[in-house]
Amino acid sequence: MAYECNGVTIETDEEGYITDISLWSRELAIRIAEEENIEMDDDHWEVVNFLRNYYEEYQIAPAVRVLTKAIKKTLGVEKGNSKYLYELFPYGPAKQACKIAGLPKPTGCI
Amino acid sequence: MSEMNEFDENGPEVIKRFMYVNRKAPYGTIYALECLEVVLVAAAFDQDVSVVFLDDGVCQLKKNQDTTGIGMKNFSKTYGALDDYDVEKIYVEKESLAARGLTEDDLVIPVEVLAADDLREVMAQQDVIISS
Repeated sequence: MAYECNGVTIETDEEGYITDISLWSRELAIRIAEEENIEMDDDHWEVVNFLRNYYEEYQIAPAVRVLTKAIKKTLGVEKGNSKYLYELFPYGPAKQACKIAGLPKPTGCI
Repeated sequence: MSEMNEFDENGPEVIKRFMYVNRKAPYGTIYALECLEVVLVAAAFDQDVSVVFLDDGVCQLKKNQDTTGIGMKNFSKTYGALDDYDVEKIYVEKESLAARGLTEDDLVIPVEVLAADDLREVMAQQDVIISS
């Protein structure tokens, strides 16, 4: 599988996660989101940016319960809960949002 | 269906004590990284998890690691996520630290430093010990 973005082909693994994290861009995120039937708004970006910061700090994509807890800690309970995150990313905040954020599959998602 | 009920009745009741023991240097072999990933995955199962660093394993927690020369990802930052994964029992053997000229201040995360004798006691209380 691969995404076309600004005339460049970006390879992914069989589940759609891009294989070279350094090739990520906001344009690519929007392309991946389209593929997932998600229209990126400020709330989506907030979670995607949060994930990218988490990866930058800890070098892993967090499992969904870890992401939920971490968001709760920094953005508050009205965003750090499953209902809110699943409304934004119906197929799973960690899996779908990580894919859009250009990160690997979450560590500890089972 | 009956099997599921059996699981529901018995499954969540059994909480085992799992201890993961790291004895090797962070790079050169895959043991340290693999063990860390196993711990993060296992943390989802609501068991009693502890992680131990001894012998050269204490080097896994050394601050300011620079892996540019060996072309590997510096995964020492990931130990900081253990707390988010609710892995809170992290033990480092006192003698191993001292033998390598290290102190608690040289480590990337807060840990409990235990003398070998005390660590032995904690080990004796475990149901499962996985060494790498």
